[in-house]
Formats: sequence, C-alpha cells, structure tokens
Amino acid sequence: MMKVSNWPKPARNRAENGAVPAALTSAGEDEMATEPPVKAEAKHLSFSYGSFRALKDINIRILQNRVTALIGPSGCGKSTFLRCFNRMHDLYPNSSYEGQITLYPQNINIIGPKVDPIEVRMRVGMVFQKPNPFPKSIYENVAYGLRLRGVRNRKLLDQKVEEALKSAAIWDEAKDRLHQSASKLSGGQQQRLCIARALATDPEILAFDEPTSALDPMATSRIEELVSALRERVTIIIVTHNMQQAARVSDFTAFMYLGELIEFGVTDKMFTNPSNKLTEEYITGRFG
Amino acid sequence: MAADHDLRALIARRKAADVIFGALGALSIAIGLLTLGALLFDLIRTGWPRLSWEFFTSFPSRRAGQAGILSAWVGSTLIMIVTMCTALPLGVAAGIYLEEYAPKNWFTAIIEVNIANLAGVPSIIWGLMALGLFVHSTLDLGTSIRTAGLTLGLLVLPIVIISTREAIRSIPQSIREASYACGATQWQTTWHHVIPYAMGGILTGSIIGLSRAIGETAPLITIGALSYIAYLPEGMSETPPFLTWRFWKFQWLGSGYTALPIQMFNWISRPDRRFHENAAAAGVILILMTLSMNAIAIFLRYRLRKRVQW
Amino acid sequence: MRQFHEQLQDLFQNVVQMGTLTESMVRGAVSALVARDEGLCADVFEKEKAVNRLQVEVDDKAVKLTALQQPVAQDVRFLFMASRIGGELERIADQAINICQNAHHVIEAPPLPPLLDLPQMADAAQKMVRDSLAAMIQRDVVLAALVLEDEKRVDAFRNQIFSTLLDWMKRDPAAIEQALSLILIARNLERVGDHATNVAEEVIYWIQGRDVRHSKGVPVAEQERETA
Repeated sequence: MMKVSNWPKPARNRAENGAVPAALTSAGEDEMATEPPVKAEAKHLSFSYGSFRALKDINIRILQNRVTALIGPSGCGKSTFLRCFNRMHDLYPNSSYEGQITLYPQNINIIGPKVDPIEVRMRVGMVFQKPNPFPKSIYENVAYGLRLRGVRNRKLLDQKVEEALKSAAIWDEAKDRLHQSASKLSGGQQQRLCIARALATDPEILAFDEPTSALDPMATSRIEELVSALRERVTIIIVTHNMQQAARVSDFTAFMYLGELIEFGVTDKMFTNPSNKLTEEYITGRFG
Repeated sequence: MAADHDLRALIARRKAADVIFGALGALSIAIGLLTLGALLFDLIRTGWPRLSWEFFTSFPSRRAGQAGILSAWVGSTLIMIVTMCTALPLGVAAGIYLEEYAPKNWFTAIIEVNIANLAGVPSIIWGLMALGLFVHSTLDLGTSIRTAGLTLGLLVLPIVIISTREAIRSIPQSIREASYACGATQWQTTWHHVIPYAMGGILTGSIIGLSRAIGETAPLITIGALSYIAYLPEGMSETPPFLTWRFWKFQWLGSGYTALPIQMFNWISRPDRRFHENAAAAGVILILMTLSMNAIAIFLRYRLRKRVQW
Repeated sequence: MRQFHEQLQDLFQNVVQMGTLTESMVRGAVSALVARDEGLCADVFEKEKAVNRLQVEVDDKAVKLTALQQPVAQDVRFLFMASRIGGELERIADQAINICQNAHHVIEAPPLPPLLDLPQMADAAQKMVRDSLAAMIQRDVVLAALVLEDEKRVDAFRNQIFSTLLDWMKRDPAAIEQALSLILIARNLERVGDHATNVAEEVIYWIQGRDVRHSKGVPVAEQERETA
C-alpha cells in the first residue's frame, strides 16, 4: 500500500509571531503564454459499470493541438476516462454516464444520449494498447475508415492512404508492400499502421490508450516522436502508465487516483513542483 | 552428492512415465487406424471388381451384374444440395445473431443449452419429426427430395450453429473494437470483419455436418425414401453431364428419390452374394464422396487462411 | 525504489556532515582570532581535507542518482540543492582557512585598542551558518527566510568595521599591516554570511520549489573564490 514518505514534513510556514517573511511571499506565478483554444471539456463527468462508480466528478479541459497525458496507478480510471471520449463503453452493457463532455467548436456533448456514437467515433479516433490491425492488407487497413465514409474513388483513396501512412512515419516501409498482409509487420510497425488507420479520416481528437506498453524501447521511442509531431495536426490525449513517457511527450498532465482527478497542470511544473501532495508521492515513487 | 543421485532417479522415473504414456497413446491410435484400415481394405477388396463406369451410370436391377447406383448417387447429391441450402444460411445467420446481437440473459442461455442438445438427438427422431411436420401435415411436402433435404438440413443445423459460434468466438474482441473505433456500425463490423474472418471455421464446421448428413439413413427411410428407383428426377438426364436445362426449373425438388446409404442397405439385405459386392462398391463411392467433401473443406480453409492472416 | 530513498538519505547525511565540519571550522577560526591562539587553527586546517573530500563525494552521488533514477519533483530539487550547498559549504570552509591565515598577522602584532566589533560580526556570521543548516535539517522554510534577512546585519557590521579601520590607518600608518589583515578578516566573515544566505535560498528551493535567488531585497550572491 502507501509507503510513508522518507522526508519529514516541513516544520512550519510562519514565524512565531505569525508573520510570513518577505522571501516566502509569492514572487509571481509562471505566466501562461496565450493559451490555445479548448478542444474538449469534461464537466462533472462520472461513469459507472453497474453499481461500481469508476469515475467521480471529473472536470478537465483538453486544449487544442496539445498533448494531454493521463497518469495514475492501475485501476485509477484513466483508461475508463479515455474511452468515454469515443463512446467505447456503449459496446458493453450496464454502463452509464453522468455529466457531459463538450466538444468544441461544434458544442456537441459527446456522451449525450441523443448524440450518435458512430458520429462521435468519426471525430475521435483511438489507438489501442495492443496493436490490432485487421488481418487484411496494409492498404485495406488504412482505407477502411475512408470506405466507411463512402469514399469510392480509387485515386482519392490511394492519395489519402499515402498521406496517412506518411503522417504515421511508415510510408517508406510500407510503400512496396501495400497489398501484403498487415500481420507480417513487426509490432512497432503494426502500431504505426494503426495510427495511420486512425489518421486517415482526419479525426479532431486522437486518443492513445497505453500505445507503447506492448512494444520494445526502439519502437516505443519512434511512437513517442510521432505523437509529439502529430500534435500540429490533431489534439492528442494519451494514457500511459510510464511517467517518464508522460514527462517526455506531453504538454499537460492529469494525475488520477481511484476515479478522481487529483491534479492537472503544465507537465513541466507537474514534474518539478506539483501542487498536490498525493501527486508528489506518486511521481516520486512513494506509492503506486 | 546424495541429493544429486535422488534427483536423477526422480527424473528417470518421470521420463519413464513419459515414455509409457506416449506408448499407450500410440497404441490407441494404432488400434483405431488398424481397425479402420481393415474395414476399408475389406470393403475395397469386396467391391473393387464391381467398380466401373457402367456401375456408376446404371439403374438398380434385379440382376446383380447389371445393377448400378445412378439414381442413388444422383439422389444423394441433390439431397445434399438442398441440405446445404437449408442449413448454411439458417445456421450461420442464427450463429451470428446469437453471438453478436442477442443480449446475454437467461433466455439465450437456455437456447444455447438446447442447441447443444439438439446436436445429439438420434437421427431417427428427426425422421419422425419430419414425417409429422413436412409429409403428413398441411405443408404436405410429400415424399420428395425437398423433404429429405429439409429434414437433413434441420438435423445438421445445430452443428452449423455451434461451429459458427465457435468460429466467431475465436475472433478477438480487439478487432471488433478497432472496427468500431473507425466508425463502423454493428452490422458493418459483422459483415466486413466478423464473417470473413470466421468463414474458415464456419465452412469447416458446415462441411463436417454435411459429411454426417450424407451418410444418414434412418431419417430418410422414415420419411419414405424408396429403395428401388429406376428413373432420375425431372430435369436430369441419364448421360453425362446428367443435367438438362430443365434442371433449373427445380421440379426435381418434388421428385421421389433414393440415396446411396439406402441403396446399400437394400442390397446388403438380399441373400445373393453378388449384391453384397454391389453394396461394397457403393460403400466405396460413398466414402469417396465423403472424403472429397472433407478435401474441399481443407482446401477452402487453406485458401481462406492465406487471405485472412492473424 | 526503497534503495533509491535510502541513497537520498545517505546523501543528505553527507551534506549534514559537511555542515557540521564547516560550522566547527568557522568557530575554530574565530576562537583563534579572539583568544589570540594560533594553536587553535591547526584543527581548522586539518578539517579542510575532510570537507573537500565530502564535496567531491556529494557531487558524484548526486550525478549518479540523477542519471540512474530519473528523479522528479522534490527528489530532483534535493539533488541539485545538495550539490550546490556542498559547493557553498566548501567555500565557507575556505573562508575559515583564510581567517586563520589572516589571523596570523593580527596575532603577531600587538593587540589593538579596541578590537572593534569583530567578535559580534563573527557571532552574527556564525549564527547565519548555524541557522541555515538547521533550516535544512528541520526543513524549516521560515528559518531559512529569516537567514536571508540576517544578511543585512552582517553587511552593516562590515561597513562599520571598514570605516573604523580606515580612520585608524589614516591616523597611524604603522598599524596599516595589521589593519589590512583585519579588513580582510571582516571581508571573510561577510563572505561567510553570503554563502550562508545561498544555503538558505537552496533550502527554500528544495522545499517549496521556488527559486528565490536574485529576487527583491536579497543581494546577488557573488561566485568568485576569495584568495587570501
């Protein structure tokens, strides 16, 4: 369970006479440069499987064209939270949402009962933990989403498939075997193929659910570079159990524990001086 | 040092157990194969002299030397076609519905148990059911290839459903999730992914079911297969390729028929030894038909495995 | 992880050890001056080796722990603090050596009437060292902040001693040699105060994550080594 921190608590914040010495008064918080617009916002989001409340009153802002990482110990709800964004929970019985997730600028409530989950999934793509390409050719994998949207023109398909494979940094390895089976690719290549598949349809948000936990370090590092580069095209939310990955790759980090959002902030600050004691204990390895 | 010795003795005992178990397994297989081999050998030896083109293209006759299996194998083939057209679509659709669409509650659990039970029902019961349901009821389908095909189709249906369900279950959930994440509806996921990837297993299971059906005698007798038919159904010709354009009017569905197992049964019940030879020869043909169906199954599975690689 | 935390504690103890040695070196140097007994300086010279050795060890451990453990938050701030405080303590120790060296000239010459406010300045400087180290050990940010305010007192002492000695040198040229040594000692003590201030700033950085160096009211810490 929770190990006690090794450092004793700081002795005090004020002198005996109650005054706060000059040096300790706030010297001005780090100024945020002009913030990018909000892409999605969760307000009082809660989620339950049957009687188990997996998410409790989450409020968070996901900023456009930025990478937001979700960290926390196993079972804290970070994957559950991510899967609310593309309504994956609808596939399984006994799930219920409360609150809302608003997608901007269209102002759609992603989890609204009247909103079609298929439409949501066309705007929010997902890359899963274990690479799961279809047992079809590389071309057909990437083209699937486009075909679902009714694209029939062969030239257009070719073009979009190539663009997607280039954006996923796998074009060079794939271009000579577009019509070979995707299962022949290595794990890292398969994962990049899944990223290309998700990118082919120009999603607004791309959700990554522990995308590198099944990959070796070289493949992991390529995917991380890719995630970093993709932020210019798309807003990214990434769940990871590897804190160093979150520190390397993200602009903002959210720390979750037992279904609640404990702290959310700029990644630089979260990892050098987090505000919440629980966050500090988790990232320094004193529990979890 | 003593511990090492004990360890070696222990390992040696375990290895001995391995060898004994392997030997027992091999012995069991040997017994099975030898018995089967002996049967086949006897069958072929008895029937070989009678296998000829005339045998293949003649009608049965009171004279053993002139009797043939034309009506029998044509009957069997036509019945198989009807069986296939009944069992496959119904079975695959039912399997898909039960696995992908039906909610998981007590009702579907009961259905699942019952389907497994139906697969084990003795085939003569199917015959009796068909007699009441198809032949003598208001449906009045009569004693026809249509009835025989439907009966055997229903008999084979549980097997097709079960193998469809097994094939679908072996598709990992991650593939479905990937499809949904691309924006597919449930039907699109089923049609584009579930069915194609499960097709190998579905076909294999279906052909196993059909192989069983081709040898079923009891239900056919119950619903009135005849054992002496000296004509072919409407639309068939007596010379190769045994078809005329009238075949496509489907009038043969209503025709009387016989089947290979029935013909064999009829011949073997006669005292004349030469009819026994005929029966053996017919048996060889029956086995060949079964084997070729299995070969088609294996071939299809191989081709599909190449296209759909996990 | 447990091993990492033990290693952090071990490093902390090294820094505390350095602090104890440095404090006693300053105390020894000042006692030698006030009691006019050069024998007390032998101990000071002896301890310098230990302090230098500890500084190298602290830096080495800090670099290794950073490379191998990828520390974050308080842990990474601690490692930077430990390395920097090690540097400051080593310089305080150098100042103590310098005081001993300058005291030699003062003790050789006849005693001065009066001995100025040097003892009080020495006390003030020693208190700053003691308090900044106590703030580190007890994780007391308020005490650290108070050390920053004490710096003004030490500076005031220095200015006053300088002007007194300047007058004296003008009136009595024979006393220039001794007066210069005393000026240098005052400078040494003022540097000790500066370094103690830096230690206190590091402690605040470690505990609160705020970098209060160079901010309002706190004088810029000088970085050059003082030569005798």
